[in-house]
Amino acid sequence: MTLSPKPSLKPKVAVYKFSSCDGCQLSILNMEDELLDIASAVDISYFLEATRTVKPGPYDVGIVEGSITTPHEVDRIKEVRAECKYLIALGTCATAGGIQALRNFARVDDYIKTVYAHPEFIHTLETSTSIANNVPVDLEIWGCPVNKGTVLEVLAALLQNRRPNFPPSPVCVECKRRSIICVAVAQGIPCLGPVVHGGCGALCPANGRGCYGCFGPSSAGNFNSLVNTMVPLDRYPNETANLLRSFSSNSPAFRAAADAALKIASTKEAK
Amino acid sequence: MKTIEVSALARVEGEGGLYIGVKDNQVVEIRLDIYEPPRFFEGFLVGRFLQEVPDITARICGICPVAYQMSSVAALEKALGVEVGPQTYALRRLMYCGEYIESHALHIYLLQAPDLLGQPSALDLAAIAPDVVRNALRMKKIGNEILKAIGGRSVHPVNACVGGFYRWPDSSSLKALLPELEWGLEAAKETVRWSLTLPYPDLEIDYEFVAIHHPEEYGVMRGDVISSTGKKTSVADYEMRYFEEHVQRSNALHGHTANGGTYLVGPLARLNLNHAQLLPAAQAALSEAKLNLPLKNPYKSLIARAIELVNFYEESIQLINNYLPAGPAHAALVLKAGEGCGMSEAPRGLLYHRYKIDEQGKVTFAKIVPPTAQNLPRIEADLMVLAPKLIDMQQDLATITAEHLVRSYDPCISCATHFLNLRVENINGV
Repeated sequence: MTLSPKPSLKPKVAVYKFSSCDGCQLSILNMEDELLDIASAVDISYFLEATRTVKPGPYDVGIVEGSITTPHEVDRIKEVRAECKYLIALGTCATAGGIQALRNFARVDDYIKTVYAHPEFIHTLETSTSIANNVPVDLEIWGCPVNKGTVLEVLAALLQNRRPNFPPSPVCVECKRRSIICVAVAQGIPCLGPVVHGGCGALCPANGRGCYGCFGPSSAGNFNSLVNTMVPLDRYPNETANLLRSFSSNSPAFRAAADAALKIASTKEAK
Repeated sequence: MKTIEVSALARVEGEGGLYIGVKDNQVVEIRLDIYEPPRFFEGFLVGRFLQEVPDITARICGICPVAYQMSSVAALEKALGVEVGPQTYALRRLMYCGEYIESHALHIYLLQAPDLLGQPSALDLAAIAPDVVRNALRMKKIGNEILKAIGGRSVHPVNACVGGFYRWPDSSSLKALLPELEWGLEAAKETVRWSLTLPYPDLEIDYEFVAIHHPEEYGVMRGDVISSTGKKTSVADYEMRYFEEHVQRSNALHGHTANGGTYLVGPLARLNLNHAQLLPAAQAALSEAKLNLPLKNPYKSLIARAIELVNFYEESIQLINNYLPAGPAHAALVLKAGEGCGMSEAPRGLLYHRYKIDEQGKVTFAKIVPPTAQNLPRIEADLMVLAPKLIDMQQDLATITAEHLVRSYDPCISCATHFLNLRVENINGV
């Protein structure tokens, strides 16, 4: 699609929140050096976290943070889709269901009873799902939280009417580029780096720990090989499976890999 | 004024609405609607290995992830009987300084100040006072840079763990922040002066202030819980003396007077109870401000935040100058079954965690009490106090005055969704 064009017509941008921690919207407000320039290049028409002003739709670009976890959200995301020409899912809640998708592996009723004294007040769905599971999405930006540089690149690309450049390689390659000594090889720490979408700059290995997959699955990832390599390194029961069942747990690739990891671990235990 | 209905509150963290019902020129109903969906953290923490907890609880809040990480590790270290050394403690304080700086600068300038200056947002404010907003963003950025230097990124940093840190951050990357921090310290002092010139609505409330107190430092991560009533409670007893008690009291809150059974946590409580522990530059800013403590106007929590900004810039500079890491970055953990609670002062108030773990280090029970959950009954009670004044105002002014009150609390609604069951509804006969 094309956004740029007549200089007098700034694209109207809306930012929405669904089930989430606010961290990805905050990543927009954390562009301290660029925020005022962005605000002059686009027309921020709806962004409750930042402003009381609500300009009516339709909007050129909708940016959605959060996952779909309630009946109300199922309806609301359809309205959002209808009022936005180009819809961006921002962050791993929006692209995979987020940490709250751990409910998808349990019985949500049990959780409600654990947390709330009055379960009858709670209206929630059995699952937490991504935006794309509910409505068509034009672009996904992964990350828990997103890298603000990536968000900036996407906004710039839309304004310049070109495709955004995403980091092409997984965390493992970013790690090699930074000359970080491999935590899995050198220290025997399970790490998801080989199968996780790049974009964070290999933060966890740089801090001496394994990647926990908050940027979601890389399309180039060999999950079988990952699971076979990492599960034997587990330092506590199901470490690798738990890494996979964290922030991107509901992405199909992570779901399958976590199941495989649990299977290997239980076979090992049976022996 | 007619009924006030704000379906979606702007410039707060999370999703909430506000309803003040008026009938026959009387306020008949006040409601803060929290429609932020529940996410069940305490449910899915059960079964996780303890070292995964701080990474998971960080995701409760994108604005105060450090608070969640710090309260988690404190509780889990208690359960394991681990004591961290002074260098680890100092680095945790520095991390917390970063969070206070980014969160307070955000709240003062981007979330609350637009109300006081008659603007819908800081972006609109930038059009008439660009330097104010540019400086605000620069101040905020320094806090984020501290978090980045220690934990790789400002939202959900990755370096904190049970027992300490995964690695010591480079001294050089911290020292590189000093010139900006020196600038920030001066900007924060200027923020205090500016905060005194703003037109706060009149409202004085006799709160019970509650905060962590330590005789030798501004209470953030250790000490006891003290109250303006003179009560002193250890962290271990906090749940019994405050929160559990509170559940019952708030069920009885219907139709009671404004301060019945509620308490206030956050910057006003901290400043009023702990001002003697502020560092010298913050002390100087406080005395120059000539405030009459205790400060009882909720709108003026902005001033308390500004004074805390001075304190935390000052403390960051000290901590970085004294930063000399040595030895292992984290304590070796010996797993055993146990239970522990931990507490710290998030920028918006006391954050309490309690966990039980089994002998393999797996969580068997988790309880988290966020600051906004504790403040919610207080916000509704404040709205009740404010209500008679609202009735005589024009609709627009009444709406913004009520919204502004809620915003002045810096509510973190994503965190507070636990509190749904405690919501006060249908306060009749005000």
